[in-house]
Amino acid sequence: MNSTYAPDAAIERTRFSRPQIVSLLGPLTAAAGVVWGILQPYRVTLLHPHGQGVWWLLVEPPLLVVLVGVAFSLVVARPLLIDLEEHGEASR
Amino acid sequence: MKPHAEMVHWLFAAGILFIGMCLLCEAIVGRAVWQMRPWRKYLWPGVAFAMGVLLWPVMAFFTNSAIHMYAHGSWAEVLMLAGGAELGLVHGRLKSPYWRLTWPLAFVVTGTAFIVHEQNPWFFARSAFLHHLLGWTFIVAAIFPLALVWRPRSTALRACFALTICVVSVQLFSDRDVAPIFGHLSPLAGEPHR
Repeated sequence: MNSTYAPDAAIERTRFSRPQIVSLLGPLTAAAGVVWGILQPYRVTLLHPHGQGVWWLLVEPPLLVVLVGVAFSLVVARPLLIDLEEHGEASR
Repeated sequence: MKPHAEMVHWLFAAGILFIGMCLLCEAIVGRAVWQMRPWRKYLWPGVAFAMGVLLWPVMAFFTNSAIHMYAHGSWAEVLMLAGGAELGLVHGRLKSPYWRLTWPLAFVVTGTAFIVHEQNPWFFARSAFLHHLLGWTFIVAAIFPLALVWRPRSTALRACFALTICVVSVQLFSDRDVAPIFGHLSPLAGEPHR
């Protein structure tokens, strides 16, 4: 029996899951930020802005995590998925 | 007008998280796909270099002691060196893969600086605990960028490198100026706040 087919099958399996992983990274990160904001609402000073200093209003860790997730989805993941698809078609 | 130290940690944590996610994506899709768009190959090395530059004002404005100044200054230097070397490599200006030794160097210098500049024991306060933890994380995880110099195509090593960066980001996001750690807070640390 020729065993060289097994790695090919593994690569094929991985290739199918790559776009899914790439497309999920950003939303999962943003969701983690949202969950953090729900668990620790006092960290989101926009919810109670009166009497807060400028830095407390600018730097809110759960919102930073959401921002990174959204920025990653729009700037990195979206064009990367297009390239991944093109590369997949080109290599077929 | 100066932000709290914890806020600076959170801002850097956001940048580090972005770098970690880019590295993870690069490990998943492979370098060929990642570099299909010219701007993307400069993205995470550029952000790393910029964060090295931004560490200089941190050094200047958060000089609690000489050891803090040395620590922040050495991070700025090694992060700029590693980010700059990576920029040179992806651009093709630098050829030798041994330039990637700047990453394990950056990890070891950063880890050592974290441990050396934290004067308090692990359970003094959360920030002390995290400084020790971050230091040892960097020193132990230096094995991944070191191994990548000789196994640059290893997906597992690149994923481990990326996940290390993400873990560092989570640790930085957990930082508070004065807060307990596992119920421990030294009375010398001051009054905890949110």
